[in-house]
Amino acid sequence: MGEERQKIVLTEEQKRSRRARSIAIALALGALVILFYIVTLVKGPAVLNRPL
Amino acid sequence: MSLASVNAQFATGAAAARQYEPSVAGVGDYLALMKPRVMSLVVFTALVGVVIAPSHIHPVIGFTALLCIAVGAGAAGTLNMWYDADIDAVMTRTSRRPIPRGRIAPGEALAFGVVLTGFAVGVLGLLVNWTAAALLAFTIFFYVAVYTAWLKRRTAQNIVIGGAAGALPPVIGWAAADGGLSLEPWLLFLIIFLWTPPHFWALALTRTDDYGRARIPMLPVVAGARETRRQILLYSVVLVPVGAAPWLLGYAGATYGMTALFAGTLMVAFAWRVWRERQGECAEHAAHHLFGFSILYLFVLFAGLLIDHGRHGVMGAVAGIG
Repeated sequence: MGEERQKIVLTEEQKRSRRARSIAIALALGALVILFYIVTLVKGPAVLNRPL
Repeated sequence: MSLASVNAQFATGAAAARQYEPSVAGVGDYLALMKPRVMSLVVFTALVGVVIAPSHIHPVIGFTALLCIAVGAGAAGTLNMWYDADIDAVMTRTSRRPIPRGRIAPGEALAFGVVLTGFAVGVLGLLVNWTAAALLAFTIFFYVAVYTAWLKRRTAQNIVIGGAAGALPPVIGWAAADGGLSLEPWLLFLIIFLWTPPHFWALALTRTDDYGRARIPMLPVVAGARETRRQILLYSVVLVPVGAAPWLLGYAGATYGMTALFAGTLMVAFAWRVWRERQGECAEHAAHHLFGFSILYLFVLFAGLLIDHGRHGVMGAVAGIG
């Protein structure tokens, strides 16, 4: 228990690239939400009409 | 670097140890995994399928379908690069890809590819239709499991059979717009399917050493350059009537037919030059020229179908007014 837990310390480059990846994921998810919203408007009530 | 040393690196865990380093991969590295140049051709051929389908599709739904097909193609490219990381490292053409360069760990690429596949197929099914989604799922499965994991390292017919995956996007596009399928999208499939061997073998002729070093049984490695040239010529000759088939079967106008026959004749002329020029720089140039022209050929045929469809649409509207 006396052993100190090893921590990973990110370099500046790793922090920068992680931030860029996080922003890209956020933008992609935001775009997906907007896409679903617009398609719902386009389809109207037909969006619920989903015969299998 | 040889394939054996790369495999040894993976076996001793040297590559595995590297993959636990916190990632420095940027957005550009992930985009490179998706093979953007292949994606652009996939999107263009799928667009033709969407546009020429007889049913009307709302532009937003059409855009959604193309987006999903593009992401699906990117997912297939990513999973291909994950599986082929060992052979990519030993080939000059592919050694600068993100995984062999150490920019992205194999596990990260696998996760990225699986997530993209799920989103592409799921969103296409939910927002467009499930026929197109099922076709997209099958295309990704065929490219990754059948072509990449099974055929690529086992048979010289790898790109012939595997070419079916690259030929399916216009069929998916048609299904997205129409909800069903008919003969016409399968003609587009056949054009790309028969176009793939001369296109890839022209490239393989100039990279025989590369493929040999990676132990990939491409036709020039297994059967030799002469047989490859013969097969390129044969496929190119067969491609001429198939390229003109949409006109011959009445799906497209005479302008498209004449364009397809002219472009097909040029394709055969380039293939004939590859057959004749067998030594030195001339042979290399001939193969490069055929490879370059083959891309233009496919673009011209599909752009011709788009223009032809647009022209008939306008003429139909004018006749309707009259």
